[in-house]
Amino acid sequence: MYAQGTESLIKQAREINDEELVKFYGRISKLLLNKDYGNETVDSLQRLHLIVSATKYGRRLPSDLLEKLQALLCSPGSSEQLQVLSSSILREGLPLSVAKLPIKDLQDSRTTSYVASVILAQAKSKAELAELSHHLLKAVEIRQPDVQVCRHTLPILSAAIRSSPDVLMEDHVNLVNRKLVDWLRYASNQQGASMSTGGFFMGPRARQPAPMNEVDGAVAGDFFTVLCVGQSYTEDQWMNMYAFSMLRKWLRTYDIEENSGSGADDRSEVDGSVMSMVSATSSSSRLLPPKERLREKAFEYCQRLVEQSDRKAVKKADTELQKACLVEAVTIMNIICKEDPSFVYRAFPCIKALYSRLSGDLAFSRVLLPIAQFYLNHSETAAVDSEAVFRQLFSSFPAELFNEPMLAFEFVQFCRTNMAVLQESMPLYGQSFPNLLKVSPRPSVPLVSPTPPCCHGNHNLCLCRKFLAWNSPALVSEYMELLPSLLAPSTAIELLHSLLDLPCLAAVLDLQLRSASYAASEKTLWDSGGSKAPSSLDAFRQPHYRGMFLYILRPEAGTGDTIDRLRMLHDILADMVESPRVVQCAQTVPVLLHVYFHTVAQFADDKLINQLVLVLLERSSLLMDIKNYQTEVQRVFSSHLLALCKLHPSLIMEQSRELLDMAGSTINIYQKEELYTHVVWAIGEYLSLSHDARCTVEHITSSFETLEAVLFEITQVRQSASAPRFSPRLVTVLMTTLAKLASRSQDLIPRVSLFLSKMHSFTCSAPVVACYSEEDREAIVTRAHELVNLLKLPNVAQFVLTPSASGDTPRWHRDTNASLPFAMRALSGLLPKHNTFLTG
Amino acid sequence: MVKCFLIHTLCPVSTLSAKESRILYCRVFEPMDQLSGMNTDIIPEEKRLLEKEKLATIARQVQSTCSLWREARGQPSVEPVLGEEARALEEADSGMLRLPVGDPFPEEHFLLWLGVHALGFSMVCQADDNLLLAEGTLRSLASHCLESLRLLAPGSEVLLKSDRIEALLHHLVPHGQLLFINHRFAQSLDKELTACMAK
Repeated sequence: MYAQGTESLIKQAREINDEELVKFYGRISKLLLNKDYGNETVDSLQRLHLIVSATKYGRRLPSDLLEKLQALLCSPGSSEQLQVLSSSILREGLPLSVAKLPIKDLQDSRTTSYVASVILAQAKSKAELAELSHHLLKAVEIRQPDVQVCRHTLPILSAAIRSSPDVLMEDHVNLVNRKLVDWLRYASNQQGASMSTGGFFMGPRARQPAPMNEVDGAVAGDFFTVLCVGQSYTEDQWMNMYAFSMLRKWLRTYDIEENSGSGADDRSEVDGSVMSMVSATSSSSRLLPPKERLREKAFEYCQRLVEQSDRKAVKKADTELQKACLVEAVTIMNIICKEDPSFVYRAFPCIKALYSRLSGDLAFSRVLLPIAQFYLNHSETAAVDSEAVFRQLFSSFPAELFNEPMLAFEFVQFCRTNMAVLQESMPLYGQSFPNLLKVSPRPSVPLVSPTPPCCHGNHNLCLCRKFLAWNSPALVSEYMELLPSLLAPSTAIELLHSLLDLPCLAAVLDLQLRSASYAASEKTLWDSGGSKAPSSLDAFRQPHYRGMFLYILRPEAGTGDTIDRLRMLHDILADMVESPRVVQCAQTVPVLLHVYFHTVAQFADDKLINQLVLVLLERSSLLMDIKNYQTEVQRVFSSHLLALCKLHPSLIMEQSRELLDMAGSTINIYQKEELYTHVVWAIGEYLSLSHDARCTVEHITSSFETLEAVLFEITQVRQSASAPRFSPRLVTVLMTTLAKLASRSQDLIPRVSLFLSKMHSFTCSAPVVACYSEEDREAIVTRAHELVNLLKLPNVAQFVLTPSASGDTPRWHRDTNASLPFAMRALSGLLPKHNTFLTG
Repeated sequence: MVKCFLIHTLCPVSTLSAKESRILYCRVFEPMDQLSGMNTDIIPEEKRLLEKEKLATIARQVQSTCSLWREARGQPSVEPVLGEEARALEEADSGMLRLPVGDPFPEEHFLLWLGVHALGFSMVCQADDNLLLAEGTLRSLASHCLESLRLLAPGSEVLLKSDRIEALLHHLVPHGQLLFINHRFAQSLDKELTACMAK
């Protein structure tokens, strides 16, 4: 584990002074000059590596030391440890030393690999990588017994083409294609002779070659693959393993049909007809060009791996390898089928069989993702039904495996990669699920205000919530990208509820898991831990509450939401609000809500906007009582309420009853001041004839009276009793809104003027003086004064307080809550101009 | 292909701020910027500095993710015991993160991490890599490191014997290539490694 000593060692390595360093360099040079490769040299080189790597600033090594290190690295006689050390020091240190490395003269395979590691790390140009690659390929090509093929040829090539795919010419690509076929398909099927020493690149021949075995111990029946086990391996078997390891990358880089014109189509037809008769034999495939031949052999290799994965491995490590091989095989088949669709017909029987073999086994869940990808890409070509695959993927995965972080991650990546396709084909899933929904029992919850079950389409994606709820911090950025694709007009409302209930879901999932372990250990676990089973866990186990928990855990959308029951659920879960998982989940909700509202604003029609506003008002106080959660959510609601109003100003008229209910109750000021302030501002801004022709004097008067009563209550009635528990901003917003409304119904002007004149006494009362700063109090009085003066000129007031809708941009209201500053600025901008006109 | 492999701290380090992580070992298999898009005029010192800063970002990200994960899991961790590497690895926290385009690399990558007590083992892979294989490889690397460098005991071998990790990576992840090795291939590679380190 990490110790204090380690820290001081790093400090020493970083702060070593130049004099000491020069001495140290000198000592190492001397050791290397004397060819002393004993412990002292190894120890010194280890320290040198620490010195060059411990700092983020490069250290320049003296040229003589650099030369000696290079010589050490390039000498086949050096021990491997010394080569490891010299290559790592050269990689970390400066100056770059690639140009001086004699790659062309290297014959020894191990040395080539270590030298290549320095070149790959420090190459400045393609030419340097090309030289390295060509040198390696030459050895592969000439096939002379005295020229060793570097065992790491393929990994080195793979690294080189990753940096720059065009280091290889067409000839080279063809050469590698041919060699890959040889290594993949025609590696020896006999065991290599076991070696007594760790001779790295010797290719000994066994006297009595034994056949290779399968992972379950049976004798290998077909060609060699990475799933064949033997006492030891021959060189071509090693190359087989390296070839398969880099195959996917190679195909992705070079197996691309440049001209997918008519010629390609013709050929695939021909290939298809050949393939459909018999599976290609090696003699027929020998006629194919290298690229097509590699495809063919790679495909056969993958088919064999799929077959081999059905065997029960003796070693656990091999079971894991089988899974990884399946993922790789299916992915490679997918790549091949994409390039040449004629393979699709050959691949599907294999993929289908694999799916039916694995679909019931959750241990193979991660293999199902590439299978699903295959279905997604090719089921249409082969006219294969993919519904069952996706139904399983989207239903049982999140429901049963939500606490598997790796699976969750891969699953979400799958959705992210295929977002566009899934979104497009979503109606298809939607059509296939209503029946299922009708059959599935609805939770026996008395629905107080059921929403229409309109969300079948999102049935499947509704479930992904569980991944998110459980793994919030890790997945939040993924869901920010995914969320827009999950949103559709029919699912928007329920999705909003789902997001708001996310912390609830996290809590209930936690209970679900704990309930399982609690049942297993029969209370002893809890008692021995000194903690009693929390009441929420008891409740979770009670049949009485079962329906409610089922509702939160529901696998399907469209069952509606209940207000009363939700509040009860929040009460039950009260002992979970400090659970870190729930808190973390709650912290992600506001971020996702922002994404939600930004997306929904792009397609929402008037009806949906009205619904959304109702949900905002309803849910603003119906949230789990987690620290800061309500405040944060209300802040998001506030900003998006204004955005919605701007999109559809008539909603103020259409929802006037609900909005006034909210604005008329002083308790809302204390519980959700932020949202309250925004509602009041929106009423003042949009309740006007210019925004909705249905707006009458009665509407304005009733709103005015409601707000007047509130302002009266908080400033005149209660202020004497206790200090105000609201911000001065709220007072100014209320005053301004009243003035705005009065300017639109001028009978109200005397009332509001009288009221505003009383504000001075409010600011002078003792509790207010104690609570608000002098600046705030002055601002209130000034605002009241300005408004009173403005209302003395009703026509001007109307112009200033109700700007025309066409000239409305949000920036004008940024600083204060009225359009007054803008209008004043505009006027004062005009005035000097007038003056110059007059004088001129 | 593995882009880089790191061993770093997950515990508070006295000389660093709470959210920072000390990188104890790092190996970059691929230059951080592709050659085609790379400015060849860039001074090697600056390139190196940039590279190290990017690695530090990754370590920090893993540290914060791991601490959130541990907080959510809520079980107290037990003290590490030397000799019980296998158990420590079994109980290790693990996860994956996506490194989006430009943050910190020009292309999208996946980051796999393994938290064993106070140590983090992190591996950055390309977005189209076989994550199941990568996960197995990371576990195997971590297991070898824990055992051969006695990482569960207090000591500084991770700094001074870093050549062991180098050799390990050179055989198990040559030049960043993830390998499909069955237990027999693994045994052969282990033998080679032992031979390399015995000298």
